[in-house]
Amino acid sequence: MEQVREKAEVLDAEGLRRAVTRIAHEIVEKNGGADSLVLVGIQRRGVPLARRLQEKIKEFEGVEPPVGSLNIALYRDDLQTIAHQPIVGASEIPVAIDGKIVVLVDDVLFTGRTARAALDELIDFGRPLSIQLAVMVDRGHRELPIRADYVGKNVPTSRREVVLVKVDEVDGTDGIWIGETLA
Amino acid sequence: MIGQRKDLLGLEDLTADEILSILDTARTFREVLDRPIPKVPSLRGITAANLFYEPSTRTRLSFELAEKRLSADTVSFQTAGSSVSKGETLKDTARNIEAMGIHLVIVRHHASGAPHYLARNLNAGVINAGDGTHEHPTQGLLDIYTMREHKARVTGLRVAIVGDILHSRVARSDIWGLKKLGAEVVVAGPTTMMPVEVERFGVTVAKSVDEALEGADVVNILRVQLERQSSTLYSTLREYARVYGITLERLRRARPDVLVMHPGPMNRGVEIAPEVADGEHSVILEQVTNGVAVRMAVLYLLAGQKDAPGASAEATLSEGKRPHGRSTLSPRR
Repeated sequence: MEQVREKAEVLDAEGLRRAVTRIAHEIVEKNGGADSLVLVGIQRRGVPLARRLQEKIKEFEGVEPPVGSLNIALYRDDLQTIAHQPIVGASEIPVAIDGKIVVLVDDVLFTGRTARAALDELIDFGRPLSIQLAVMVDRGHRELPIRADYVGKNVPTSRREVVLVKVDEVDGTDGIWIGETLA
Repeated sequence: MIGQRKDLLGLEDLTADEILSILDTARTFREVLDRPIPKVPSLRGITAANLFYEPSTRTRLSFELAEKRLSADTVSFQTAGSSVSKGETLKDTARNIEAMGIHLVIVRHHASGAPHYLARNLNAGVINAGDGTHEHPTQGLLDIYTMREHKARVTGLRVAIVGDILHSRVARSDIWGLKKLGAEVVVAGPTTMMPVEVERFGVTVAKSVDEALEGADVVNILRVQLERQSSTLYSTLREYARVYGITLERLRRARPDVLVMHPGPMNRGVEIAPEVADGEHSVILEQVTNGVAVRMAVLYLLAGQKDAPGASAEATLSEGKRPHGRSTLSPRR
């Protein structure tokens, strides 16, 4: 991993919590309830975020949508640069997704290639009624025609910058930072 | 992969960490096999050649299936019907195959060391699918994978290996891998089938099968190679079954949760009683399923080697065949 220096805080723990709450409301509003929802987090940080959305939705609607997790490593388009590392963490989709509304959850939307891989993988699991995308940060610089349905915060960035979404379950703290890589 | 390795030739060469990273990766692929569409696009544009100079059903099927589950293109041959019967050398056959732009060569050969020879002479990655009486690393890995999934550890397990240790490349790979991961290995079998100074492998030689089974967490039963029956290694099959065959009664000496393993194909009623083969402790068919996942992991990790594809002449060709090869999906932060 390259060295990253944190430059500025974009959202603190409280801000992140509010963003999750708002997205949970939006998901329920857009889909007229939570009955046929399945939340699927993209490993790693998408998974705890999906669980938080699940909790919120349960709180508002009394319905607990199932949560799955995707390891998109096997669907990436850059095997040559990554496959010499072991991959750890299987995908787990706990229910049949046929006819369901699947909300993919990830921390950052950047080039769109991760979302592309996740879409391909998800479709190999079944034929959902629709697939929506929820991200905590949209930082621009798309390389594919992909957009998010739910966005925690739009953060304009330069390509040299990095966006760090930290979640307690993985990083021991909550919040969003902008940083830059140290050359 | 696995350090910066181009080839998988034997478990003797690997470190404990390398073995564990293959097993962890295999767990991810094991999950893929349970999906509605048990296939992932990871190895699109990669071509694998399966060169089997010795008859094999399950290993060849398992490799071919693993390659297809990863979306690799595959070509296979068995010795009969190929140019081998026209006198072509191993090296020439392989070089010809490489000139066709193949990235991974899976080889089974009756001569110990044949895959090593190929690995030295080819730019393609080479996977040993069994060489003579030397090693069968993917079988060793799938055996250890199966033990680890059931027992949640390998360190400290007592593993009995029973049968023809001398001629068994499965036994050799199992022993190397298990010792590296800190298991205790005890072997038993006819003295004519026991390698001289087998203790140098770090294993204990039991005086009888019963002694080997005592307190065992796992018993791996090796196949009696019926094709060797005419030789003088043991007197009769009936005698072998009586002295070395694993029966339910014998199995009672092992731990109550013992795993019964066999690399196949089984000779029921010789080295393994049918009640044991089909009994509650048997994980023999699970081994077969796990074998596909383990081979997927090995193929995946080797195919990811940056310099693996083809000889220099083919480098451009293989780049061209992978339209997405260099794009960056990730460093997104």
